[in-house]
Amino acid sequence: MSTTTQGAKDPFIGSLGKIYAGYTGGFIVFVLLLAALEQMGVPDRVIGYLFVFLTIGVYAYIGIISRTAAVAEYYVAGRRVPALYNGMATGSDWMSAASFIGMAGSLYALGFGGLAFILGWTGGFMLVAILLAPYLRKFGQYTVPDFLSARYGGNVARFIGVVVLITASFVYVVAQIVGVGIITQRFLDVSFIVAVFLGLAGILVCSMLGGMRAVTWTQVAQYIILIIAYLIPAFLMSAKVAGVPLPQIMYGYALERIEGLETGFRAAGMTPPPGVTGWHTAPFIGPNGAFSWSAAVNFFALVFCLMVGTAALPHILMRYFTTPSVREARQSVAWSLLFIFLLYFTAPAYAAFAKVEIYQNLIGQPIAALPEWIKSWQIVSPYGTPWINIVDGNRDGILQWSEFRIHPDVVVLATPEIAGMPYVIAGLVAAGGLAAALSTADGLLLAIANALSHDLYYKMIDRHAPTRRRLIVSRVLLLLVAVLAAYTAGNAGADILFLVAWAFSIAAAGLFAALVMGVWYKKTTSVAACLGMLVGYAFTTGYLIWTEFYGLSFMEVFATKEAILNAARQTAGLTNVSAEVKAHAQALVANAAQVQDGVMAWFGQIFLTTDSVVLRGRCVARLWTLNNISGGIIGVPLAFLTIWLVSKFTPAPSQAMQDFIEDIRVPRGGVRLVDREAAVE
Amino acid sequence: MPMAQSSQAAPAPPANIDSVTAAAYWKRTSALMWFLLAVWFIFGFVVHMFAPAINHIHVMGFPLGFYMAAQGSLIVFVVGLFWFAFRQNRIDEEFGVAED
Repeated sequence: MSTTTQGAKDPFIGSLGKIYAGYTGGFIVFVLLLAALEQMGVPDRVIGYLFVFLTIGVYAYIGIISRTAAVAEYYVAGRRVPALYNGMATGSDWMSAASFIGMAGSLYALGFGGLAFILGWTGGFMLVAILLAPYLRKFGQYTVPDFLSARYGGNVARFIGVVVLITASFVYVVAQIVGVGIITQRFLDVSFIVAVFLGLAGILVCSMLGGMRAVTWTQVAQYIILIIAYLIPAFLMSAKVAGVPLPQIMYGYALERIEGLETGFRAAGMTPPPGVTGWHTAPFIGPNGAFSWSAAVNFFALVFCLMVGTAALPHILMRYFTTPSVREARQSVAWSLLFIFLLYFTAPAYAAFAKVEIYQNLIGQPIAALPEWIKSWQIVSPYGTPWINIVDGNRDGILQWSEFRIHPDVVVLATPEIAGMPYVIAGLVAAGGLAAALSTADGLLLAIANALSHDLYYKMIDRHAPTRRRLIVSRVLLLLVAVLAAYTAGNAGADILFLVAWAFSIAAAGLFAALVMGVWYKKTTSVAACLGMLVGYAFTTGYLIWTEFYGLSFMEVFATKEAILNAARQTAGLTNVSAEVKAHAQALVANAAQVQDGVMAWFGQIFLTTDSVVLRGRCVARLWTLNNISGGIIGVPLAFLTIWLVSKFTPAPSQAMQDFIEDIRVPRGGVRLVDREAAVE
Repeated sequence: MPMAQSSQAAPAPPANIDSVTAAAYWKRTSALMWFLLAVWFIFGFVVHMFAPAINHIHVMGFPLGFYMAAQGSLIVFVVGLFWFAFRQNRIDEEFGVAED
């Protein structure tokens, strides 16, 4: 069993720089070695296997040597993680499969519209640093619900926090496991279910034995791999397309060329493929290229929800519990954002270079003469559609703009092949994508398992459980949650990926207001905070479910009769709705003259209008044309308003509570807890 | 299990800070918070509202509106956070409430 001494003079902490520099060098040598093996004729498949298994092996090794039986090590890595390393760990904790594989693809498809993800997933760290992280660190316990409980008088607030945390984190972790499955399946050529359970094993060896401590040190290792894997193909691609290996600067010229090519395509009477914008750099436009209020409103609403969601997701906030001091917690957020920035400011370059390559070298070519790499991606993806789909609509044998359908994930995964790089780079990208998905899954699973074992079991069920039993319970719960998540991922597959976006709105509406007001508004009362969390959570979750799964019913309440009829026609045309809903929709269409405005139609028209779109095989309602991905735009202000108003009408917090808040606000000294029972250990 | 309980140091006593200093400290900290919140709002939202207007300006090929959302604002966020960590630390020291 590994034992490390506590305190700043820790030799392990002191030699971190050496350890990770050696590790990075070792990884580079490993990549070069594989490149040499490839030149010697070792098959691609073997290279893929070596990449996946060796990197997972390293994570497992770190996970095993970091095992611990100490509670503070298990929950907060002993609070000795230096700011810089915690920044790296947060970076890989934060950047998921969606960031690594999906984001460049979204930018390819959406153009300017996709930048909402770039802005939203970085700007949120401003909120983390200035509003929350230093104060949560000063509070100094183990989990986010710990803070809610100490600040808002006990287990009711804790329980609500746990419910929000689990809802948001669980959908998120399922999506990560799907991501692991997709990459593993593609590069190891095994079935999706096998791939999912392989990934699960990779996740568990990292987190089971050492909790936060093991996850921290594997996440640092995973960050190094994922950033190398993301940057190298981009530099090579930039060298190929622009002649200079500086993707983040050179893609400006790629953007200019895209604009020119798009204009040319339009002049030739071509249209973009479905789902891809025809004006890559144009902000806030509708499908016809003209300015659209709805697009602008959706852009800013999404930016807002992603930012606030970032500052409310517990797996991120709990990373700042692990720094040695308040000062380092602040610095650590800055480091985190720097490390995340390195990837995010490269993503638009990927999209631009891939687009130039495809528009310039593929569109207008005979389909029979397309390059070899296209063929290797014309296979069915786990999403149910081919990765790349060439649909010769007009049967002229020439590839038109609208005939080239590409799944967004391919943009990153296939860049090495597009740029004609050796297979070893493709393997590197796979290893990076896996690192991104595994590290996020680890952080999320730990957040969920800690909420269940520490908050629910130890704090609410058995206050006197011995340390040993607490840690066993933690591990058993971690295993159970992981298996449940993998089971869900294996069954639901890629259909549930859209739920990730919901996690942000749910966490934002449920937790953000209560956390911020708890620090910054002394008069916030317990009743107000509990009500605020409940209102934000219930409203947002309810709104999301109602608009997504019962779109027609939502429309019948909030839309005008024309919009209701339109939704009914859309619903009647769907294939996978229940017979009952379909019959109802058909009845509405048949009796069009009798359809009335919904009772709340005036509300649905206050601002823009309420309409519906067919998405993901469902008729999805949009209040004020807002996509439900931004559901938090209403939930967050509502939670703040509830907390503020109720605080006005409930007795002010006690003097002891005010003292507690005073202590949280200054970095120096300890914290006077209102309830001694709430102290850690 | 051979590993000993990690000996969590006994909780440190709360700092003895008089209420005047505490109030003044919190005022300065709040001012910094509001300032950075304004920076966040301007570079997270306001600048991008002008994207259609400034997009015809090209800098090294980048339409300016696109550039701000893809890189410009991000650089402001990163620099802003390092500056915040530095600034808040100075305030802590000035009021004598920094950690030892």
